[in-house]
Amino acid sequence: MAIALGSTAVFFVVVAVAITHAPGWPEVRRQFFDWGEFKATFPEVARAFLLNVKIFCIAEVLILVFALVLAVLRSLPGPVFFPLRALAIVYADLFRGIPTILVIAMLGFGAPALGLSYIPKSVIFWGIVSLVLIYSAYVSEVYRAGIDSIHPSQEAAARSLGLSRGQTLRRVILPQAVRRVIPPLLNDFIGLQKDTALVGTLGAIEAFQQSQIDTNATFNFTAYLSAAVLFVAITIPLARFTDWLVLRDRRRRVAGGTT
Amino acid sequence: MSALAVERLTKSFGKHVVLRGVDLEVAEHEVVALIGASGSGKSTLLRCINLLEAIDEGRIFLADREITGARDVNAVRRRIGIVFQSFNLFPHMNVMRNVTLAPRDVLGLSKAEAETRAVELLDRFGLADKRLEYPDRLSGGQQQRVAIVRALAMRPELMLLDEVTSALDPELVAEVLQVIGELAQGGMTMVLATHEMSFARDIANRVCFLDEGRILEVGTPDEIFTNPKEPRTQQFLERIIKARRL
Ligand SMILES: Nc1ncnc2c1ncn2[C@@H]1O[C@H](COP(=O)(O)OP(=O)(O)O)[C@@H](O)[C@H]1O
Ligand SMILES: [Mg+2]
Repeated sequence: MAIALGSTAVFFVVVAVAITHAPGWPEVRRQFFDWGEFKATFPEVARAFLLNVKIFCIAEVLILVFALVLAVLRSLPGPVFFPLRALAIVYADLFRGIPTILVIAMLGFGAPALGLSYIPKSVIFWGIVSLVLIYSAYVSEVYRAGIDSIHPSQEAAARSLGLSRGQTLRRVILPQAVRRVIPPLLNDFIGLQKDTALVGTLGAIEAFQQSQIDTNATFNFTAYLSAAVLFVAITIPLARFTDWLVLRDRRRRVAGGTT
Repeated sequence: MSALAVERLTKSFGKHVVLRGVDLEVAEHEVVALIGASGSGKSTLLRCINLLEAIDEGRIFLADREITGARDVNAVRRRIGIVFQSFNLFPHMNVMRNVTLAPRDVLGLSKAEAETRAVELLDRFGLADKRLEYPDRLSGGQQQRVAIVRALAMRPELMLLDEVTSALDPELVAEVLQVIGELAQGGMTMVLATHEMSFARDIANRVCFLDEGRILEVGTPDEIFTNPKEPRTQQFLERIIKARRL
């Protein structure tokens, strides 16, 4: 432990010395690490960051539900459900293949431009829709891995008691599957939290867009630092929490012995 | 009236024929033991009876009514209890929830009714103090007894037991066999696949020797164990006796 702390400290001191002795450092420092500028921009960026949090929260709930529907569709057996299964597969392939920023640009600029009166024009709305579409493709794969990891004997036990296929899924398979995939789910949500900044490219004033406005006004980039600090303040606790869950899970499995 | 009748049952997995025309009739309150080498098709036969496996040919009757091709398989399954070698309790539910799940969701009993029923059974089989435990905190013997109780809570007219003591440590076998013995005394109709020959001898009214997907020989325990007619039955029993001595 002491060695780990020591070597980490030495490493950071070396890096810090190297950076602060670089020829461009005084300039970079003025441009990116201006304390006065930080104090001036932080409150505004923080206020804008609330929009990131709002987008994150709404998208997250929708993703959890929509992805579960996709995963269940893909797990339906038999030839009758082939079209639904195929649709879910094509969907997942498509939305995992297209870069996030492209989907956001196409939907965010394209959908409102259609000029249809019955669809919302808000770029925030379309930003959220894009994030939900993309992340659901990933999250449905996570759910599916969870469903596949439940041993078929669990289904046999449930069905043998007379539970229908739906009851078996709801009572026996999904509760176990979801518990197993909480850590990878949280990982995806760390990505989602960061990607809310992409909605700013549509013109929504979230943390990134706000810091860009500040930078353009003052020609000082410290506002970006404000935004970075805010994102990290949310994602780091989420990452540590995920690690803790994984560790706890592993300990339990060792203690429990069997599956 | 027969509780269960199986006629010319054929079942294959792909090209691999596992059951080759099995005939079996079980009277009410009768206990039938299925013996046979591993891979002879005992589990598959039991799973077919419970409609967990689709069959290729043949017919199955439950209380003289055909259940093969039944429209509502769930309605058939709730009348047949099955207990597996590997317990298969639901690990995310405590004992009480494991036992009350099907009575509530399938039979539509209220929580109170289902719990009364569960408590009665758990008490009877020495599990009264385990109601709130999760399966991973129970011994194998306790888990298997809970699995039996879970099946009994549906008040089945037929119980299928698939080598229910094979996954247990030797010292835990007796407590599970005792439960099955009690069921037999209570008049439960049962078909049980087992490697416990002395137990089969004690409890079964009839013993069926299954060999490569056929019932090669049927008889009373005395007939099968002391005086087997078929050479393959003799071989099988000799092998078992040898393995036990070693
Ligand atoms: N789901 C399955 N898919 C393919 N083969 C199977 C399956 N279940 C059982 N079998 C095969 O059927 C044969 C009989 O198996 P089983 O009924 O489990 O025998 P037993 O219970 O008497 O040991 C074995 O050869 C086994 O490999
Ligand atoms: Mg078997």
